[in-house]
Amino acid sequence: MANHKTKKTIDEINRRIKEGKVVVVTAEEMVGIVKENGPGKAAKDIDVVTTGTFSPMCSSGAFINFGHSKPPIKASQVTLNDVPAYAGLAAVDIYIGAAEPAIDDPLNKVHPGQFKYGGGHVIHDLISGKKVRLVARAYTTDCYPKREIKKQIRLSDLPYAVLVNPRNAYQNYHCAVNLQDKMIYTYMGVLRPKAGNANYATAGQLSPLLNDPYCMTIGLGTRIFLGGAQGYVTWAGTQHNLSVARGKNGVPLEPGATLMVMGDLKAMNPRWLVGVSMLGYGCSLAVGMGIPIPILNEDIARYTGVSDDDIFTQVIDYGKDYPAGNARSLGVVSYAELKSGTITLNGKTIQSVPVSSYVRAREIAGILKEWIQKGQFYLGQPQHLLKDM
Amino acid sequence: MYAKMVHLRFPREIVNEPIVMNLVKRFDLSCNILKATIYPRKEGMVVMELSGHRKNYKSGVKYLKNLGIKVDNISQDIKRNEEKCFHCGACTAVCPTGALYIERPEMRVAFDKDKCSACELCVIACPAKAMEVNFDKGLLE
Repeated sequence: MANHKTKKTIDEINRRIKEGKVVVVTAEEMVGIVKENGPGKAAKDIDVVTTGTFSPMCSSGAFINFGHSKPPIKASQVTLNDVPAYAGLAAVDIYIGAAEPAIDDPLNKVHPGQFKYGGGHVIHDLISGKKVRLVARAYTTDCYPKREIKKQIRLSDLPYAVLVNPRNAYQNYHCAVNLQDKMIYTYMGVLRPKAGNANYATAGQLSPLLNDPYCMTIGLGTRIFLGGAQGYVTWAGTQHNLSVARGKNGVPLEPGATLMVMGDLKAMNPRWLVGVSMLGYGCSLAVGMGIPIPILNEDIARYTGVSDDDIFTQVIDYGKDYPAGNARSLGVVSYAELKSGTITLNGKTIQSVPVSSYVRAREIAGILKEWIQKGQFYLGQPQHLLKDM
Repeated sequence: MYAKMVHLRFPREIVNEPIVMNLVKRFDLSCNILKATIYPRKEGMVVMELSGHRKNYKSGVKYLKNLGIKVDNISQDIKRNEEKCFHCGACTAVCPTGALYIERPEMRVAFDKDKCSACELCVIACPAKAMEVNFDKGLLE
């Protein structure tokens, strides 16, 4: 590791961005570059590799301060378009979580429930500029005498709104099948009986953390594309785990690292944060995220050159094993296989189905590349790397 | 396998014609009847899915038309909202006719209306709620 021929710093790369000399490619383009020229030359030639992902990501939400009314209120129960927000923070601070369904949602009473509107949809509506109905109830205090407020709010009128997602961008994820005899409805989508389809959820070679398998460049302060604006990595995400099984190339063979990210909701774009309903499962938010990987040395160049052929995941039965808490691998598949449209499991050919948008992931990597080339985006200097968490 | 949802209207003179039996027996087609009514003036209406070999489907429909039955394709009743669709691909797991499929290597989700049987499975399975039903008011008359 120590004997790198190429050693760059983030400051040097930022200087090159300022001078308009930076060389940026997307993670897709990097595959061919490393294959052709080798990681040594690629590290010399390329400064930044951009990645992208666009997928339903639970563990997303927003902190909102909705401003004091006159007289003021110490809100203890708050709903936004009938979706409950957590109000146990302060008088008018709330957190709206993406997975929260509306109060009167029938849930799974008639299975599979449709979960038509939830926290993710509220966030999407706010970014779209739509009015959202806020209802706050409270007990009274000497300083906050008001008992209830009902008002229409708009993102532009809010004093403060920040997207804070405690777990996003999972580094690799299971491929889900259903070996039971009846259809099941999961967070991995609809799974037909008897392994009728195999669903998978990451962008493979474009996915941010699969391009930096040991999180050597990402940490608190890494600037990213988030929901169409510039946001930040602020910590490791929940369930972040670097002690996972890895292939020879260092890429995890199962779910590994995760990110906590944040960004100014007011700067975001509804195209890149979309409320979603997972049939029979619940509400969520599809998050668009892209991370620039600085090519500091040839190791990082090699990691970013990873292709779908070299990234593998485990096939897990969501019919019986997973709900019993006994997830075990039924087999290993590459993302190249998954993306081809069929995989083979125990000699049977199964239709493979993505639940993550590769088209949008590619678009994000392209946008981020353009931002950096145009000098509109500088790399953040991470203060505490995820590899140490 | 070729499948299509069709809307049939037939005049009172042929209400007694056993069309379903003939479609099955003579043209080797499967008929899944979703709705069938005989109106007060004795004219009839049927919404059904016809499936089988493409060639047989064509001759079957020809047989119906020759009887004086008005055959309308109702596949256009499922529409994709292009603004909302973000091309994840989740719908391809449930589409029984392959009308929704992934174009490779671009990984875009394509929607072939001609193959759509209007079963509406995608409408509830789509996370972004991009698949919409456009009711043909004629069917409800």
